[in-house]
Amino acid sequence: MTIFSWQFALGYLILAPFIGGFMTGLDRKISARMQGRVGPSLLQPFYDVSKLMQKETKIVNHLQQFMVSSFVIFVAFTGALFFFGGDLLLVFFSLTLAGIFYVLTASCANAPYSSLAAQRELLQMMAYEPMVLLAAIGFYLATGSFAVKDIAAADMSGIVMLPGFFLGFLFILAIKLRKSPFDLSTGQHAHQELVQGLNSDLSGFVMGLVEIAHWYENVFLFGVVGLFILNSHVWSIPVALVVCFLVYFLAILVDNVSARVKWKLLFTSAWIVTACTGVVNLLVVSLLHLAK
Amino acid sequence: MAKMSKSPWVLHYDAASCNGCDIEVLACLTPVYDAERFGVINTGDPKHADIFLITGGINEQCKDVVKQLYDQMPNPKVVVAVGICACSGGVFKETYNILGGADQVVPVDVYVPGCAARPESIIDGIVKAIGILDEKKAALKEGRLDEYEAAHCKKKQQEVEA
Ligand code: SF4
Repeated sequence: MTIFSWQFALGYLILAPFIGGFMTGLDRKISARMQGRVGPSLLQPFYDVSKLMQKETKIVNHLQQFMVSSFVIFVAFTGALFFFGGDLLLVFFSLTLAGIFYVLTASCANAPYSSLAAQRELLQMMAYEPMVLLAAIGFYLATGSFAVKDIAAADMSGIVMLPGFFLGFLFILAIKLRKSPFDLSTGQHAHQELVQGLNSDLSGFVMGLVEIAHWYENVFLFGVVGLFILNSHVWSIPVALVVCFLVYFLAILVDNVSARVKWKLLFTSAWIVTACTGVVNLLVVSLLHLAK
Repeated sequence: MAKMSKSPWVLHYDAASCNGCDIEVLACLTPVYDAERFGVINTGDPKHADIFLITGGINEQCKDVVKQLYDQMPNPKVVVAVGICACSGGVFKETYNILGGADQVVPVDVYVPGCAARPESIIDGIVKAIGILDEKKAALKEGRLDEYEAAHCKKKQQEVEA
């Protein structure tokens, strides 16, 4: 039994912005409760984007619109391909391409804060990319296929064979979600050292599009988390949803209790964690294959 | 579409303040007052801001910065002068380097008096500003934002004279 199909992909394209926005609202509410505040309404992210869409858009460089649109399109494509059940490698490559468009959005503004943030974003990509690729390889070793459809239809959940990959992926998830301690290039919380990082020179409609792209991205990322849990049984679907929620809660908790790290620490820790979790797990799985 | 007033993002700039008002501005975001309940975010980026909070008087050095920040904010935007210094220059009015209140360089929409302005009155000022934001949005939609601002300025001047 597999839920990955073109209907699921279409559902993602239509519903992901709503689910993603709702997740962001939940994040802000839970964060506020952790800090002893009441916090904004759950719909606040939608109010924010609706306001941004209504505001004047100050364009610094006309290339920006093109780059931001490409960012949104490729993020949506990444998710759609994933939920269609496509090739995991292609999914991750298209995610990287989307990320590069986002970097270019900032660097074409030709402004000091945006440029610095663009460099930091590239650095972050360098830090998490090995783990992302390893995850794809891990899924292949565990299930014998790169296709999301087949991975989700395996008899055994991926996490049984790939616990190390799962932990490593959780670590880089904090980078991808742009949460403390890894919100170096930009973050949802105001008062960054780099003004607003990658978003410093975006305003109005363009900024609204970036927010929507992040929502698409977040839903996709939790799709990957769920893929570790899914198997051929129907009950794995609710379990996957619960795991996704717990992981999100953990990310919010870490976000609230940690301060931003320097880029060197981000880079070395990401690679060390990748080596200790992903690579070790990879070796174990390969040895098991040899022994068979 | 939701009203703009549901998500007022604030840019806070300390012109030549004694820091008294700045501490009160930040106090609005603490758990006691929790301005984020109403969607208020204290952003550091003029390009994302809707409301410009200025504390302290304007001097020769910061007048260009205030002007620059104001120009970088996308329309519609509202300026709130927080504290008596930002309103008129306050106790520093007569000093040689102070030009006066924030209205010497940018059009101010809301004046929040007090030395230091209390968080309650700052939030009150922001609520007033939010109302003006919606009015300005409507004016912008009809393409008569300049007209609105001119009329608004005149009204304020009359109030001051009275
Ligand atoms: S109004 Fe009072 S507290 Fe505020 S900046 Fe002026 S002197 Fe300081």
